[in-house]
Amino acid sequence: MSTINHSSAPQTKLLWIAVALLGAVAFAIVALNRGEAVNAAWLVIAATCIYFIAYRFYGLFVANQALGVDSTRQTPAARHNDGLDYVPTNRYVLYGHHFAAIAGAGPLVGPVLAAQMGYLPGTLWILAGAVFGGAVQDMTVLFLSTRRDGRSLGDIVRAEMGVVAGTIAGVGILLICVIVLAVLALVVVKALIGSPWGTFAVFCSIPIALLMGVYSRFIRPGRIGEMSLLGCLLLLAALIYGKTVSETPALAAYFDLKGETLALIIIGYGFVASVLPVWLLLAPRDYLSTFLKIGTIALLAIGIIIVRPDLQMPSVTKFIDGSGPVWAGSLFPFLFITIACGAVSGWHSLISSGTTPKMIENETQIAFIGYGAMLMESFVAIMAMIGASIIHPGVYFAMNSASGLIGTTAEQAAQVISAWGFVVTPEDITQVAKDVGETSIMSRTGGAPTLAVGMAQILSSFLGGRTLMGIWYHFAILFEALFILTTVDAGTRVLRFMIQDLIGNAVPAFKETASWTNNIIGSALSCVLWGYFLYVGVVDPLGGIWTLWPLFGTANQMLAAIALTVCTVVLFKMKRERFAWVTVVPATWLVVCTVTAGLEKVFSPNPNVGFISHAIKYGDAIAAGQLLAPAKTLGEMSRIVFNDYIDASLAAVFVLVVVATVVYGLINIWRALGNPRPTAMEIGLAGVAAGGSHA
Amino acid sequence: MPDLQELFDQSARAARAARYWSTRTARLMIGVPDYDTYVAHRRAKHPDQPIMTYVEFFRERQQARYALGKGRFRGCC
Repeated sequence: MSTINHSSAPQTKLLWIAVALLGAVAFAIVALNRGEAVNAAWLVIAATCIYFIAYRFYGLFVANQALGVDSTRQTPAARHNDGLDYVPTNRYVLYGHHFAAIAGAGPLVGPVLAAQMGYLPGTLWILAGAVFGGAVQDMTVLFLSTRRDGRSLGDIVRAEMGVVAGTIAGVGILLICVIVLAVLALVVVKALIGSPWGTFAVFCSIPIALLMGVYSRFIRPGRIGEMSLLGCLLLLAALIYGKTVSETPALAAYFDLKGETLALIIIGYGFVASVLPVWLLLAPRDYLSTFLKIGTIALLAIGIIIVRPDLQMPSVTKFIDGSGPVWAGSLFPFLFITIACGAVSGWHSLISSGTTPKMIENETQIAFIGYGAMLMESFVAIMAMIGASIIHPGVYFAMNSASGLIGTTAEQAAQVISAWGFVVTPEDITQVAKDVGETSIMSRTGGAPTLAVGMAQILSSFLGGRTLMGIWYHFAILFEALFILTTVDAGTRVLRFMIQDLIGNAVPAFKETASWTNNIIGSALSCVLWGYFLYVGVVDPLGGIWTLWPLFGTANQMLAAIALTVCTVVLFKMKRERFAWVTVVPATWLVVCTVTAGLEKVFSPNPNVGFISHAIKYGDAIAAGQLLAPAKTLGEMSRIVFNDYIDASLAAVFVLVVVATVVYGLINIWRALGNPRPTAMEIGLAGVAAGGSHA
Repeated sequence: MPDLQELFDQSARAARAARYWSTRTARLMIGVPDYDTYVAHRRAKHPDQPIMTYVEFFRERQQARYALGKGRFRGCC
């Protein structure tokens, strides 16, 4: 757009040179530091400068040169304008919509877990992954979908790569849904175990949502603002009263729950929310969590800028060798799997081919919305990395290591963690728990509690001081739990649809989505699918996250690999193979990472990494009649073996899906090269009057 | 004090614009597009057909956001 014409002006050139210099200096301070604590502000400055330069010099290049966006081409919003689904929308408004749709728990949790290797490896991947991978993927899928009437990724794969490739991708999408829901729900369970305050506040969100639902349906229909304000105030009251609940033993007993109980409650909740009419529970909860999410992200950004805390975590720790306690595996490939969202997230390709392409005014806005929103998401991941790195490293490891590794008392934990080289006293660990109003913060794996401690430290140091730290901590837990649960119930519905679609191929009557019987059977099936992995994760003696997060990341990156493969195929079919490297490079990297990670998860001889060798280790012990810690009975032992084989099969399926997609991609590229004419199946022609930016 | 008056008017205009755009953005974030745009579109393109009231419009959009179907993914991860 106009940026290009302006950039030739000497002042603009000087400005860009200044941005580049500032970014380089900030980046050097972050990356080359040895020993002294680095201020988080440098990380923020480096990231921001990189994003601006990346958008201006790479994002716009990919959009204008590689994809060839065409301002004269009609978009679906103009072609099908109905005032409802297809509406030409102001690009800033649409940016907000798109960002709210892609932002979620992923970019907040992944970087926290990755911090076990120090802040630098994760930060580099968040920046490079987003600039060259994630943002390119989001934008290109948005572009493809915009040129195909806003069709979904699955449809695009089917149309451009054939029915078989489409079906394989469909299975991949189904599996990623299952594993995403299970792992996200696991994060909530892990955050709420033995925390009456947090559990009370999160449980309160359900009656509050019901009240909001009734309010916006019958009392003041359609008043979104009033309803959301009411919900926020009630939620705040619940949060404050939660302190009293946690301090009153008679009340606290009701909300002091074990992991198994919480898992069953969440599974049951997912089922109920998916079966009930959406206006009653799902929609109001979604509204509340969306606004809370955007508000909290903004608050965190303001907090980091005002407080400018020092990073306590070393830039690189010794755990890059794969011996870390938070998750299993070495830097390559598992760091690139651990941080999926925030760098590259396959999930975004589903959103970029969802509602956003139906609202784009003009193709020239695709870079701003697709590439730009992903850079913002990447910035959220940087903030999460900051949140995890400003707390005491010893406390970080006490929170994120399973009790099987660090024991159950602060003394044991301090001893073990100090021996790892992160000197910490038992008082350091208990003091944090006291500050945030919990009985213990040890082994609160899953990332959310760690980020909550980081956020509480930042926010309380300019709003409220130490006395409000407990409130801020539980506010952060509530906010994460709230939007994870929204993903869980919305995802259960999507999963139900995909299951009905799949089974409906064999039993046509099952496709009927209006049927109550199908509704209940489909919802139950999808809850059982993700509920199984959730429950397994909760009872997993290694802490669940340690085992399942790499599987979650692999699934997500697998989907990104599929999306970037179809983008590459379409570039070839458009006869734009000269520029195909923009998607070939990230696609290759993701294929290498996911296949390596998947194969290691299946076949690695190290029982900490490979599922099969882990199963063999426990199988041999069973044969010898021995018990291996942390299992306590032979029954638990055989359950571990069984779960290992399930996880191994899942990882193997991920690898097969990626390999099959790549093979179909290569076949289609070969065919496209042999055809002298463009063969991409686009809808609409160039030169038809398109909507302008009449903002 | 004409200058002050003008400054006041300008800020009031800016505040109104900020409110207008942030309301629209917030509404679209939860899947409710602009109602006035919808009405204008129906009046211009389908003058002979009925137009939903705001409450009907809101309910239709709410249902559509969670309708079972493809391309309704949200909340990444």
